[in-house]
Amino acid sequence: MDFIYQNISVKGLLVVLPKNERDFMDDMKMFDFPESRSLKLKEVMGYDKHRVVEEQTCVSDLAIHGLKHLFNNGSLDKDGFDSLIVVTQSPDYLIPGTSNVIQGELELRQDIFCMDITQGCAGYIVGLMQAFMLIQQSNVNRVVLINGDVLSRKVSIHDRNSYPLIGDAVSITVIENNDTQKVFANIKMDGRDRGALEIPAGGFRMPSNAKTSILEDIGDGNKRSKDNLKMDGSAVFNFVQSKVPNMIDDLLNFSNTNLNEIDYFLFHQPNRFMLEKLADKMDIPYEKMPNNIVENFGNSSGVTIPVAIAYNLSNNLLQQKHKVCLAGFGVGLTWASMIINLGDFDFCEIIDY
Amino acid sequence: MEKKILQLLLEIRPEGEFLQSDNFILDGLLDSFDIVILVAELDKLFGISIDGIDIIAENFQNLDTITNLIHSSTKS
Repeated sequence: MDFIYQNISVKGLLVVLPKNERDFMDDMKMFDFPESRSLKLKEVMGYDKHRVVEEQTCVSDLAIHGLKHLFNNGSLDKDGFDSLIVVTQSPDYLIPGTSNVIQGELELRQDIFCMDITQGCAGYIVGLMQAFMLIQQSNVNRVVLINGDVLSRKVSIHDRNSYPLIGDAVSITVIENNDTQKVFANIKMDGRDRGALEIPAGGFRMPSNAKTSILEDIGDGNKRSKDNLKMDGSAVFNFVQSKVPNMIDDLLNFSNTNLNEIDYFLFHQPNRFMLEKLADKMDIPYEKMPNNIVENFGNSSGVTIPVAIAYNLSNNLLQQKHKVCLAGFGVGLTWASMIINLGDFDFCEIIDY
Repeated sequence: MEKKILQLLLEIRPEGEFLQSDNFILDGLLDSFDIVILVAELDKLFGISIDGIDIIAENFQNLDTITNLIHSSTKS
């Protein structure tokens, strides 16, 4: 499905990362895995350092820390936005929504539209799309989009295919309706393959209990329970390689844009190898596709896109605008992309929690 | 070419009895991480870029399928 949005302006971006940093090689020592193979994986996949929260930390903790930072330094007026969208797969509670938790804790005004969206690797783009739809309303002038996940808390520490690469992060994006640019986006989903990325237990279909917490052997010496995040790496890899290039082609055609007109391709970053294969397939120069988030911070699901923006382009985007292509792909399964002019930001930074 | 591929396989899995196997995957000689490492090494060694959609277990079953994959891959 294709979309066009008008009069959109992204005014700023803040990323909040947990201080706690883990090292891939240290993590791999927990497994019966030869050091030489770990070093090869580090080189090919880009696994190195990753940031994870402490045991009790939730998305709202990082989000509130970030919003207070913006309120205190004058980047955002506490009463100056009309909607608060939270995109996460790791909500504080089943009920109420994390957006209401944040609203309550910060004593935001009542005349504000709080909304939670459950989305994963395409979550940043889905959140932007929802924000852009809201901003078309005449009485909605500013939207705050929070995209965050603390999925390390749901990954089995005995699963070497997942734990050493998972990352936690929260991003805060401010969107306004005072520009004349057109934004182009597309999104597709296929729920038949949803099992490739899932946490089987913990919802109403399979409530968590003593049985769902039992570690099961999943091959290659890895163990996880039904309470843990399951990532079928091979299935996801094949899905990404088969869907994403066509999706980008379709978006370029729909927006009447030449690939060379795009300054940066800012894609979700599951690992370095997957993005390099996408870049090769689409003839995108590596320098136009920043691919250093997994090695520095881990895979924080859809938040890898705003982390990539803030980490690689912050100074640049404070001063000028760039035409960028965003793409997210994963949980759902969902694949989405967007062509947008980003820049002239009021703020763009990364802080620690 | 097969000799070079075998050498790479043994660098990744020194204990693997690849010459005694018709199916490296079913026999547990290669897992998904090994395949990724192998693709990166093959790309480098033969100056090719194996297409992402071809990185599926069927193409890494034995020396013949890997050789065919290299022949069908584009030069980088």
